[in-house]
Amino acid sequence: MKTTDSFGRPVVVVTGMGVVTSLGQGKADNWSALTSGRSGIHPITRFPIDHLATTIAGTVDFLPSSDKGASALTYQLADLAAEEAIAEAGIPTDDFTGPLFLAAPPVELDWHDRLALYASAKEEDGFRNLLANARRRRERDYFDASQFGTIADRLADKFGTRGLPITLSTACASGATAIQLGVEAIRRGECDRALAIGADGSATAEALIRFSLLSALSTQNERPEKASKPFSKDRDGFVLAEGSGALVLESLESALARGAEILGVMRGCGEKADDFHRTRSKPDGSPAIAAVQAALSDAGMSDSEIAYINAHGTSTPENDKMEHLSLSTVFGERMREIPISSNKSMIGHTLSAAGAVEAVFSLMTMRESVIPPTINYDNPDPAIELDVVPNRKREADIASVLSNSFGFGGQNTCLVMAREPV
Amino acid sequence: MSARDVMITGIGMVSSLGEGTDAHWQALTAEKPTPVLDCERFSPYLIHPLPGIDWGLQIPKRGDQRQMETWQRLGTYTAGLALDDAGVKDDEALVASMDMIVAAGGGERDQAVDQGILDAAMTRNDHDILLNEKLTTELRPTLFLAQLSNLLAGNISIVHKVTGSSRTFMGEEGAGISAIETAAARIRSGQSSHILVGAAFQTEHPDMLLAYELAGYLSRGDWTPVWQREKAEGGGVITGSGAAFLVLESREHAEKRGRKAYAAIGPVVSERVRRSRADLAEALTGMLESLPPRDGTIMTLSGASGAHAATAAEKQALSTAPGFAIRGFSSLTGHLKEAQFPFAIALAALAIERGHPYPVFDAENEQPLEGAPETVLATAIGYNLFEGMGLVTKA
Repeated sequence: MKTTDSFGRPVVVVTGMGVVTSLGQGKADNWSALTSGRSGIHPITRFPIDHLATTIAGTVDFLPSSDKGASALTYQLADLAAEEAIAEAGIPTDDFTGPLFLAAPPVELDWHDRLALYASAKEEDGFRNLLANARRRRERDYFDASQFGTIADRLADKFGTRGLPITLSTACASGATAIQLGVEAIRRGECDRALAIGADGSATAEALIRFSLLSALSTQNERPEKASKPFSKDRDGFVLAEGSGALVLESLESALARGAEILGVMRGCGEKADDFHRTRSKPDGSPAIAAVQAALSDAGMSDSEIAYINAHGTSTPENDKMEHLSLSTVFGERMREIPISSNKSMIGHTLSAAGAVEAVFSLMTMRESVIPPTINYDNPDPAIELDVVPNRKREADIASVLSNSFGFGGQNTCLVMAREPV
Repeated sequence: MSARDVMITGIGMVSSLGEGTDAHWQALTAEKPTPVLDCERFSPYLIHPLPGIDWGLQIPKRGDQRQMETWQRLGTYTAGLALDDAGVKDDEALVASMDMIVAAGGGERDQAVDQGILDAAMTRNDHDILLNEKLTTELRPTLFLAQLSNLLAGNISIVHKVTGSSRTFMGEEGAGISAIETAAARIRSGQSSHILVGAAFQTEHPDMLLAYELAGYLSRGDWTPVWQREKAEGGGVITGSGAAFLVLESREHAEKRGRKAYAAIGPVVSERVRRSRADLAEALTGMLESLPPRDGTIMTLSGASGAHAATAAEKQALSTAPGFAIRGFSSLTGHLKEAQFPFAIALAALAIERGHPYPVFDAENEQPLEGAPETVLATAIGYNLFEGMGLVTKA
């Protein structure tokens, strides 16, 4: 088997995958829920919902860290997904010996800790009181939770990854960027394998309020499982969610040499930044179009070779319209026939994790020859003519997938994956 | 020499010492370089504050300025300085195809809203409901965007039209190290031809100090150089506001457009030393030994933070191994967190271009050096985690 691609670069394959979402822990549970069209969106119970316009989310509530704050939960989500991925790859779970790329949400001192710290003594006024109490109490846990490098450091410790771990944020494209960084490192010949993780456990009250104030969230609270309805006419925003996805990326040469099972191929990655607006996309969709084209060209493939699209499909009025526009521009008339579905209809928007979670589901789609549906597709948006695999899974022979990730700050990252090495 | 050598063709820098390469060169080569300090605003902590900046010079639209808080403005402004310096600012095609890696923490929270919540919480017990009540009514919707880590890069795209790619690394000094290391590796391997890379840190907000002081890292009392803070009260770190952005190009790319480079980036090594178990000084010695051999003594722009353990370990490693004349620049700029390594690289490149070493910043702990520097070492050893160093060489 040829272990380099048409550009002479090492072929990068996936040899391990792990996932956690509101639908459950692990690939098996997630896949069975996804393919039966089950939603993980539910009423929020983690914090009171008084005064909130949105009272539903796809939070991960079943883990020991689920009520321990964003940093602790993000760590645990990353940890569980990575453990599943590394075990599947057949690599010792304490000696990964490749670099770590972690997509994670920005961290801040948790409000509960901030309040506790401020109230612990009142000797000075205002911020000086907070700083004085910090100085006196030296709460190492608070410190660790407010450092951006902590989660990756702990993961690196546990899994024995090599070197300085990279924590990154490209907003809602972060998970895809983590994979892209891993692919690039292997192609540069710096390593035989890399661990790419996207994890997000940051659904706090403040996070919800922030997105709410930007009118980004669905307020269809009455039936939580129906709120995320990508490409529907009555879609009104995304549903905030949590989760994690992890992938062991490996050079084909290394995977073959150690007889590892090849779960799929990372053919190409493409990105293009948008300079139009902080939250809105350029009206002509040109940056998203360029990102898709860059991914195809990096993969050495033409648009006719894409058999299925795993949509970013957030269920916001803006995203779905723009995604349709840009895909129609790239794929032309054929776009009406290419199946495209949004996992977010069931799991909500897992933010920093989304690109990695959805890459795992994209690879499973090819392996299982089953496309998970876009649920809640009851009122099609007539302006968006797409085969969204409505409401029910579909069996299909899929050899290659395009997965889109777009984020605030003009982030557009696309991945092209294939079932088998060429 | 290779077509894919990593050339530094543009530098943007801002610190309490001023803005731009000239201001920094003058301040740092003055007979007796003196720090600019603000001892009052955040007492008992000292900070090195931002100089006066006319934001409009690099961020012409008032609307853009309003969408950002000071941290993002500082980064966007400094990125503009670097692009100007590299002569690419007005070349639409060049910036549209330019890649970007920004090392970032988070932006400023709304201090008044937060303080209101902290005070109100002293008189009631339903804190979670209080949070919902206050945050839903008092937060400015767009403030979220000014706080998001990747929105510094987002603003650089909007204001300067850098849109080839946009990646934001997080993780204190380590983020700045990885940003430079990754950018250089991408150019060296042919994955990119030109990249904007850098970081900004705005310390003039209580939360920015709190992030250090939660573990007692900040120094209190009078200013001293970073190497002399062991006896000072507190943890040894004095922070500063500042930023450094670099335009990196492959040699071929720079030559094609006839640009002279300040210097080239040589090997960069990074580490995650398990400090609770390993001896940091020993690990740093190992990193130093992994660098290619050189002749004589080289100037070393050290990003030592002043944090007691890490600074002592770095000092020990650099003084035990032969051939390093240390310059602890953070004595004068303060600790710039994510920007620490990019700033060290910028200062190293500047000295090579000017053909002159920096004088000692701390006569008791740094040795004088003569002659035009050809190779300079830049370091950033995290106050808490992560280590990096790299050689900057003559173009």
